[in-house]
Amino acid sequence: MKIGQPIIEALESLASNKLRSGLTILGIVIGVAAVIAMLAVGRGAEAEITGSIEGIGTNLIFVFRGGDEDVRNPKPLTLGDAEAMADPFAAPSVAAVAPMLQGNAEITFSGESTSASLVGVTPDYSYVRNWTVTEGSFIEEGHLLGRSSVVVLGVDVAEELFGRKSGLVGETVRIEGQPFRVIGVMEEKGGGSFGSEDNVALVPMTTAQARLLRRSTADRVDIIMVSAIDADSVDQAGIEISDILRARHRTAIGQDDFSVMNQKDFLETAATITNVITIFLGGVAGISLLVGGIGIMNIMLVSVIERTREIGLRKAMGARKRDIMTQFLVESSLLSLFGGIFGIILGWGIATIVSKIAAASGTPLTSQIGIDSVLLATIFSTAVGLFFGLYPANRAASLEPVEALRYE
Amino acid sequence: MDEMVVDAKDLRKIYKMGEMEVHALRGLDIQIRRGEVLSIMGPSGSGKSTLMNMLGCLDRPTSGEYHLDGESVAEMNDDQLADIRNRKVGFVFQSFNLLPRATAISNVELPLRYANMGGRERRERAIAALESVGLGDRVHHTPAELSGGQQQRVAIARALVNTPAIIMADEPTGNLDSTSGEEIMQLLLNLNQENRTTLIIVTHDPEVAELTNRVVMIRDGVVVEDRS
Repeated sequence: MKIGQPIIEALESLASNKLRSGLTILGIVIGVAAVIAMLAVGRGAEAEITGSIEGIGTNLIFVFRGGDEDVRNPKPLTLGDAEAMADPFAAPSVAAVAPMLQGNAEITFSGESTSASLVGVTPDYSYVRNWTVTEGSFIEEGHLLGRSSVVVLGVDVAEELFGRKSGLVGETVRIEGQPFRVIGVMEEKGGGSFGSEDNVALVPMTTAQARLLRRSTADRVDIIMVSAIDADSVDQAGIEISDILRARHRTAIGQDDFSVMNQKDFLETAATITNVITIFLGGVAGISLLVGGIGIMNIMLVSVIERTREIGLRKAMGARKRDIMTQFLVESSLLSLFGGIFGIILGWGIATIVSKIAAASGTPLTSQIGIDSVLLATIFSTAVGLFFGLYPANRAASLEPVEALRYE
Repeated sequence: MDEMVVDAKDLRKIYKMGEMEVHALRGLDIQIRRGEVLSIMGPSGSGKSTLMNMLGCLDRPTSGEYHLDGESVAEMNDDQLADIRNRKVGFVFQSFNLLPRATAISNVELPLRYANMGGRERRERAIAALESVGLGDRVHHTPAELSGGQQQRVAIARALVNTPAIIMADEPTGNLDSTSGEEIMQLLLNLNQENRTTLIIVTHDPEVAELTNRVVMIRDGVVVEDRS
């Protein structure tokens, strides 16, 4: 028998028992839908994260406190560390250094109030982040020395408090109740996965240390951002920074109490996380397909028993073992193929809804359904049907015609 | 016309039921000429169903020789048996055994499908077979839409569509009322007259047996009477 005929017969047989067929493939549908949806959303998130990591610039290096796992009591980063890194002889690949203190603060202006991220910075921050003011001026050395009560506002904060983005220089806002004079407004950066970067208020480092973001020691900083002289020097700059910090913190080799990360490191970390998630999803997919496959096998066994007489008749008419085998295998494969197709459609629907919800709640997330995951789901679900159909099909094919015809 | 279609010698069949051995056939000999119509009779347990399974190539004898249309069947494997059933044997069952979801023509096409015949030729031959049993106007009806007699006609069309050497009919009128039963018997006999197809009817109904020109009685696995 040719393959076309069994397919038509299998379709007829499945269609004659729609409810049962539907319930049978439910396991496969749910499994495939879950995988497709999760992969699509995961990929969307990955693209978003990669995009925002790339957005931070290729030359940037971040230095954090805390490094190798077994290091106890890591020394905090200090302004002194930042100054040492800026030494052009010890670190020739470093272009500029921007230590930062970070926290959150309540900012008010004549009854309007907003919560923003408060960052204590030095004048080099503007250069390192490649981020400038649209009006007024950025924080200068004089502000640092005088611990001036001045602030540069991000666009979101300006909008929230004043309802406009310009003409704000000279106004006075209150941060945690203390008056600060607005000296500038930063240009708009747009949102990233880490939240909007425009919802920010920048104050002089020294002012933050003294009055807003107190730390246990006076010269402590949270993060040091460093820009390398060019993209090719990023790795070299990282090595130089590490050497300086090891000397200053007096750490042993392999006992770093700090971490140095550049864009490439972030991308690698993100890729590692994504890989773990993918393997996890693969496991979930495998289990649900396994369960679905067992369901198919169960129903196919019932079907073989129900159709014993039909099998006997077909054998009497000259069907060979192979013909009966093909008939049942085609049926189970088609069953799970349909499960896969419905699962892909359902998963696509779920991914679209998730994207819509994410977009509505302000996080841009475009879920991406790859042709490869669709193909994989189709092939894999069909293979599951084929595999779990083997045993029932073989049972059907091995029936003795005499016995099968006599079966009531 | 003396050619033997069925030539069986010393057929034995032993079923093992646990410890017990059941001798269903005990050295049975039977010869049937081409174009003959005969009925096989016997009480239940006589071995007539077993004989039918042997002659219809559904099962192999434990020992003995069986030639169907010149081919030795006793030593064939499962696939060879399937092939010879497909080419040489047509079955008519007491309970019709039609595929319930398939139309009359699909049912009749079934043996031709297993013979790998192309779609167009298959359809033409199936329609011709249905016309020869008087169902040319019921080609696309499913069994549920046909009466018992009509269903048995479909089964007969299916049995003769591949021009077999023998047609095995197992109680063909058993599930029918007397009028349809007579019609079916008449149809079978007419077809035998027209096509010279050998017709073997297994029955316990003496009225059916009377219509055939040869009656073989089976008892305890051997032929006890063979009258023409």
